[in-house]
Amino acid sequence: MNFGIVVFPGTWSDRDCYYALKEVLGQEADYIWHKGTDLSGYDCVILPGGFSYGDYLRAGAIARFSPVMEAVADFAREGKFVIGICNGFQILCEAGLLPGALLCNNHLQYRCQWLNLRVENNSLPFTQLCRQGQVLKIPISHYEGNYYADEATLKELEIGNRVVFRYCTETGEIAEIANPNGSLHNIAGIVNKEGNILGMMPHPERACEAVLGSRDGNLIWESLIDSFRQ
Amino acid sequence: MPVSKEVLDEIALSQAEYELIVQRLGREPNEVELGMFGALWSEHCGYKHTKALLKLLPSRGKAVVVKPGEENAGVVDIGDGLVAVMKIESHNHPSAIEPYQGAATGVGGIVRDIFTMGARPIALLNSLRFGPLEEARNRYLFNGVVAGIAGYGNCLGIADVGGEVFFAPCYTANPLVNALCLGIAERQKLVMAKAKGEGNLLMLVGADTGRDGLHGASGLASRTFEAESGLRAAVQVGNPFLEKLLIEACLELAEADGVVGMQDLGAAGLTSACIESAARGGGGVEIDVLKVPRREQGMTAYEVMLSESQERMLVIVKPRYKDKVKELFDRWKLDSTIIGQVTGDGIARIKEGEKVMAQVPVSLLVSAPVYRRRVSKPVWLRKLQHLDIATIPDLTPESCGAILLRLLSSPNIASKEWVYRQYDHQVGNNTVVLPGSDAAVLRIPSTRKGIALTTDGNGRYCYLNPYLGAAMAVAEAARNIVCTGARPLAITDCLNLGNPEKDDIYYQIKECIRGLSRACRSLGIPVISGNVSLYNETKGEAVYPTPVVGMVGLMKDVNRHCTISFKDDGDMVFLLGGGNGDGLGGSEYLEVVHGMIAGDLYLDLDLEKRVQRCCLEAISAGVIKSAHDCSEGGLMVAIAESCLAGKRGFISDDWQVAGRLDATLFGELPSRIIVSVAPVLAQMLIAMAVKRRLPVVKLGVVGGERLTVKGLIDLPIKEAEDAWRGGLGKRM
Repeated sequence: MNFGIVVFPGTWSDRDCYYALKEVLGQEADYIWHKGTDLSGYDCVILPGGFSYGDYLRAGAIARFSPVMEAVADFAREGKFVIGICNGFQILCEAGLLPGALLCNNHLQYRCQWLNLRVENNSLPFTQLCRQGQVLKIPISHYEGNYYADEATLKELEIGNRVVFRYCTETGEIAEIANPNGSLHNIAGIVNKEGNILGMMPHPERACEAVLGSRDGNLIWESLIDSFRQ
Repeated sequence: MPVSKEVLDEIALSQAEYELIVQRLGREPNEVELGMFGALWSEHCGYKHTKALLKLLPSRGKAVVVKPGEENAGVVDIGDGLVAVMKIESHNHPSAIEPYQGAATGVGGIVRDIFTMGARPIALLNSLRFGPLEEARNRYLFNGVVAGIAGYGNCLGIADVGGEVFFAPCYTANPLVNALCLGIAERQKLVMAKAKGEGNLLMLVGADTGRDGLHGASGLASRTFEAESGLRAAVQVGNPFLEKLLIEACLELAEADGVVGMQDLGAAGLTSACIESAARGGGGVEIDVLKVPRREQGMTAYEVMLSESQERMLVIVKPRYKDKVKELFDRWKLDSTIIGQVTGDGIARIKEGEKVMAQVPVSLLVSAPVYRRRVSKPVWLRKLQHLDIATIPDLTPESCGAILLRLLSSPNIASKEWVYRQYDHQVGNNTVVLPGSDAAVLRIPSTRKGIALTTDGNGRYCYLNPYLGAAMAVAEAARNIVCTGARPLAITDCLNLGNPEKDDIYYQIKECIRGLSRACRSLGIPVISGNVSLYNETKGEAVYPTPVVGMVGLMKDVNRHCTISFKDDGDMVFLLGGGNGDGLGGSEYLEVVHGMIAGDLYLDLDLEKRVQRCCLEAISAGVIKSAHDCSEGGLMVAIAESCLAGKRGFISDDWQVAGRLDATLFGELPSRIIVSVAPVLAQMLIAMAVKRRLPVVKLGVVGGERLTVKGLIDLPIKEAEDAWRGGLGKRM
């Protein structure tokens, strides 16, 4: 499978995504400079984490205007896969490709730590190798990860089974204590209506080897690779 | 031109130094020239009071590639054609005045020192000291400094993997903020900061130049300060996004042709960047200040030369490559401008258009006077070191548990999670052991090897005995590295002390450096870079002498690293090493429980060496399952930390406590490591220790959900955890 990893000025998870996909999982991967508009040849485009344009103004607010973003929208319209991780999730929301917004963490501090995520929908290409309700150990690293959407949108997300991951305890309980940033409904990741654009705050590319603390992030990539094969 | 005292004060030069300049120059310097002398002859740039002493530090070693003072950072070989580039630096005074920006630009400065050499920065550490958190201003400073480090470092995508935080009243008005950065480069591709080759061009890259940070080196960093609000203009403002672009562009440039050298602009801005790189290259420089892009109008040559605006780099380029280099920076949306060239006459010539504003031999600017004095041990120190332990009542068996909880929640011992969870410690996919252990462990990208990193330095120890305190900082740093299974490789040190013009302070400086030197030689670890921060005083009161030792170690197989956590129930817990004395002098116990800062220290470097070798051998042979250095809070705190890290209890039924309870449980004797071992391998561990003539004592067994020492302590792990985990956060 061929992954394109978008690099905005200020992106820093590009290299980690490249490592996880290419070195650990043996997939094809390339960097795409944010001015690029030709995404043909890629099966999945990744908007990685970092501080695009320094997150000045608002996280993702400037990056959404980069030339590559129009191409990403077209790419997604063709039904191809798009994953936004951390800053990438913020950019997808800013670009209107996913609903809602990511506010400052409710405690107003940056947070980097290992967390537990419960898989809420395992019928998606991104999660089909996970068990429904499986708890994944994947870390976060952000200042603006507090997912917010209005009542109607939240309802739509819940009814449409579009909440993919929720912050949970080690045993899979969805509890206040497991919520690292104040996200509504403990939301850590969502998909669009069509189910081909995933946005998530945690960093699956960091959970790619046992020596780094977990391999659970690979389940997401492997699910995608497997469903692409079929 | 007779010069007034006010002018000299502003640039922190003495009348005698001024006269020396006149004598060497053969004339009075003009305003711009004097400003340049002031910056380069400042304590910060010129090391006037420490240069002679710093020569004592050993800097030779098989693996050493670049020694202290030669370049922006030290370099050590790590095999596979790779090198580690490392340096620590202080940003104390800026952080005291404006904590967020002061700390942020401290990170920015140290990171530039690393990528300037063509190395990709992969790890940051911070060594911080503040006044007690009971005072609101100290909380403000602590909060601001941590937020500043997070705000800047996280944006760069460099993992912040460790460090230390320590609190004591002497740091109240003068906190210490030291930042360490380590980068990895291919040895063949290292870039040096040399301005050489007559006719090569000086290209200024990055931010425009403003009036921010004027006199940072001479005024802020090289004297004590009182009226803080008036100095805010001397603190720079950081732009981490611009720095991130500089990192990527400069690393790309390091791979390209046409670059002769790179030098970042830090303290004393253009002046030190141009003059120091010219001095290294052995030539001269000519600059036209009118070509320097500015963000403010009406700046004088003096201001342009001394501005400390952040995120600027000087690149020395061969003329025929200048368009290619400019194109590269354009792609990263970075401004680059030719501001001058390398000359062959050894003169620093600063022009404003056609008009020559300054013309001084480079060699004069970089040869600040070197001061040394004979000083003797202060009388007050003798008194302080004398502690009659018999006058302090020992603990009763009933009180030991409560004392342990008090120590675990003391901010100096409690979990620093409140700090490090605000730093991205994982970006780069290299972090194997997270902050909160003895030392962080990172994988060296694209190899099986690992590096361990730590910073250590106990100011209270050094206050009581600067010689042994500094030696203990080296010993403890090495012990921390060894506990991960890595072999100590090199040191970068940051010396934070008071006003060197005072005899007592000079004595502390001298003793600290002697102590560092002794321990480095004894343990065979070279110093490859460092920084000195003096004048850490307010209203005549100096901070504790605080040498901070940053150390890197190397391990062959990162998968075989060791951690501090107890692993399996039933494993046996041993104390490896030990020595004479009670370890109560300067201990956290003595201060927290008895309100006393007194006593003397003890260190046997030969014993230390044997303990460390034994521990390394036991880890690489796979004999022990955990290793944890015994330091602040002593034996019981170390055991509790291994319990908490492993989420397991500890039971001791047969531990015979001889002597005083407080000394045994909470004394801080160095050269001790708590290890756990599977019962079947216990005899092997004992044999390894005996072979090296080391004391080894069985303390107890891993297991259960309580921390139990028969007859003395019996606590649920949960209770110890709450005290330790909440100790810092609840005070914020």
